Amino acid sequence: MNVLLDNLSLYAEGLLGTIELTVYGSLLALVLGFVMASFRVAPVGSLRVFGTVWVTVLRNTPLTLLFFAVMLGLPRFGIVLPFELFAVLALGCYTSAFICEALRAGINTVPTGQGEAARSLGMTFVQTLGGVVLPQAFRSVIPPVGSTLIALAKNSAIAGAFSVTELLGTYKTLNELGYSIIWSFVWIAVGYLIVTLTISAIFNLLEKRWGVAR
Amino acid sequence: MTTGTALYDIPGPLARRRHRLYGVLATVVILGIVAWALYLLFDTGQFTAAKWSPFAYEGIQEMLLRGLGNTLKAFAYAAVLSLALGGVLACGRLSVHRPLRWAATVVVEFFRAMPVLVMIFFVFVALKVQPLPALVTGLTLYNGSVLAEVFRTGVNSVERGQREAAYSLGMHKTQVMTYVLVPQALRAMLPTIISQLVVALKDTSLGFLITYEEFLHAGKLIAGNLDYDLPFIPVVMIISPVYIGMCMLLSWFANWVAKRQRRSPKTEAVEVAPPEPGTLMPGAGTHP
Amino acid sequence: MRRLAAALALIAVALLAAACGKEGSPPVKGPKPEQLPAYQVATGFQLPDSPTWSAARRRGHLVVGVKEDQPYLGEKDPATGTYSGFDIEIAKMMSASLGFDPKTIEFRTIASANRETALQNGQIDYYVGTYTINDLRKKQVGFAGPYYIAGQSLLVRADEKDIDGPEDLAGKRVCSAAGSTPLQRIQRDYPKAIPVAYDTYSICVDNLISLQVDAVTTDDTILMGYAAKAPDELKVVGRPFSKEPYGIGVPRGDTALRLALDDALTAHEKNGDWKKAYDATLGLSGVPAPQPPPVDRYPAS
Repeated sequence: MNVLLDNLSLYAEGLLGTIELTVYGSLLALVLGFVMASFRVAPVGSLRVFGTVWVTVLRNTPLTLLFFAVMLGLPRFGIVLPFELFAVLALGCYTSAFICEALRAGINTVPTGQGEAARSLGMTFVQTLGGVVLPQAFRSVIPPVGSTLIALAKNSAIAGAFSVTELLGTYKTLNELGYSIIWSFVWIAVGYLIVTLTISAIFNLLEKRWGVAR
Repeated sequence: MTTGTALYDIPGPLARRRHRLYGVLATVVILGIVAWALYLLFDTGQFTAAKWSPFAYEGIQEMLLRGLGNTLKAFAYAAVLSLALGGVLACGRLSVHRPLRWAATVVVEFFRAMPVLVMIFFVFVALKVQPLPALVTGLTLYNGSVLAEVFRTGVNSVERGQREAAYSLGMHKTQVMTYVLVPQALRAMLPTIISQLVVALKDTSLGFLITYEEFLHAGKLIAGNLDYDLPFIPVVMIISPVYIGMCMLLSWFANWVAKRQRRSPKTEAVEVAPPEPGTLMPGAGTHP
Repeated sequence: MRRLAAALALIAVALLAAACGKEGSPPVKGPKPEQLPAYQVATGFQLPDSPTWSAARRRGHLVVGVKEDQPYLGEKDPATGTYSGFDIEIAKMMSASLGFDPKTIEFRTIASANRETALQNGQIDYYVGTYTINDLRKKQVGFAGPYYIAGQSLLVRADEKDIDGPEDLAGKRVCSAAGSTPLQRIQRDYPKAIPVAYDTYSICVDNLISLQVDAVTTDDTILMGYAAKAPDELKVVGRPFSKEPYGIGVPRGDTALRLALDDALTAHEKNGDWKKAYDATLGLSGVPAPQPPPVDRYPAS
């Protein structure tokens, strides 16, 4: 218990770092994932290829390697940014591949008849998309997107090894200060549980409100 | 390609012409981005002989191969142990004894909610274990818990009739499990299991962070050497295709198994799980 | 199917590349073997009072603990496995004076945290590797020397004009090894600097070159090693702001060996070997050889 009370500000700082990484990383992943998903279902061949390559490469790359490449590679091209931004970039791009697949699967669950019916009523493409297809797809993608974002929160721990302030990294300072390592880790674990359970609660709420019963 | 979705009608001649125009435009933009990236690579001198010549020497190649061997070694240990742990935990979760079921549930849910890296660091730092066992322990705890859930869902998704028929023949629980449910569930779940092993393979690279001398670590040693003119980009260019290739090979294998199982009469009573659900991502999977 | 073909092609290329490599390892910028001084091996040297020496005599060679990741001090060529650097030269001089041909030394990499244990349980005969002498450590091991006085300093890019010492670090990003004494000193004494921590110094140096950090701090010897490897890109600035006397670690009870090493150090400093070794290794960084520090022959306790 002492470990937590004595170092409350250190833990708070670490937790805040993890939350920041998670929030910004999620936003980037959702936006990029949406763009890539629309590329992958586009009627334009080259965009489909680009989306497929993006997803295949990122899904099969170890995240540690991606962090390594982004954190130490990009500065070589004169791109000098704060470490946090690099971490968000790596996390967001990596997760976007999984979000893209979840969204694409969601779009594919909408029966073809729905689009055909909408078009036969004379709806334009935008109307079909916004009024018929996406609302239905949205309902079915809530759970997979939720678990992907939980994974993102957990993966943010890797950023700590690349000099970004986050929860896991606090153990180093505590270790130097001579606190019990076991207890430091217990509180780190509690911190991650708080973050992942919060995301899970948010998505449960979303699902109750908008999800489809199947 | 896209005729299967609700998004578009089958294009007419006008739409096709328009799509072709979009296609040309998009291709130009994408090629432009690729060309710019290549220009940057050349401009910052990533293709100089000084940066690439180290890789021509046997000493360096052996070092990389040694690293790759260590990566595969950690993967092999982690895969076997995760499967074993997953089996044990699944037994616990399917048990008729309530305390056992509860204990297994707590273990599975806890380790699925923790980042793998936290567990690896805990074993490495707090329990003062060597890097390889620490890495393998962390990977085993996490992947074992996920696999336990996979096994459990598999057993539960076998058609009810199968179980009922077996019981009505007078088999007892263990017999029903071992002769009827598990064999069918395993076949159906094989694609998901292999996908989960891809996660384990990817996560062996976390060993890099606890100084386990795996593939990425070997790459870092070369990349950080001032004598070789810091060949960082060349190292990434050599290492990433190998990692991506290994993972793609495993993913492809999972797909192939899934296709085969779907045609097999032996899995008729179970729905074959899709090989690449969200679980391909470390840490994903349905949450409570 | 396409994926499989691509993966197989990749493996084939990798195997092909592995099969037709040039022998050996890439050339390194470290000390050239031909420029290193040769040390006169003492003939008929006897030290029967030292159990360590007697054991080494029976074995036929010495086992020396060193570091492997410090350019020009103790560095192991990743590809060939050979060691080079100033610390390695000191170890060789000592070997020659103890009557063992330096070529026969068996070097062993010992991490900082395991140095005392390795000396206590006889894994190594002595240890040469940026080993700072202090009273706490003297309770566990013996120290011959010091053979060099290092101090914490700063490594910056060659074109840096704003940083001349630790007092210029306000608002600058300073990199060092996570949890190390130099990093703690910066955080304590210069709180306006922004600390950045990695596991190893080599990533710090990489970050320095790619403009991600503004300075790297640790013992000047280590920094000079990096500066010597890339003199066009890096330089060491300012006066050292701490004192780190490097000693040769020996098993604590073996006073005979410790005093013999003290004698050997004094002799090699006098006959110019010390300076030659410095010039051939650390001297390549452009910093002229300092006066070797006086040897501290503290009494056995």
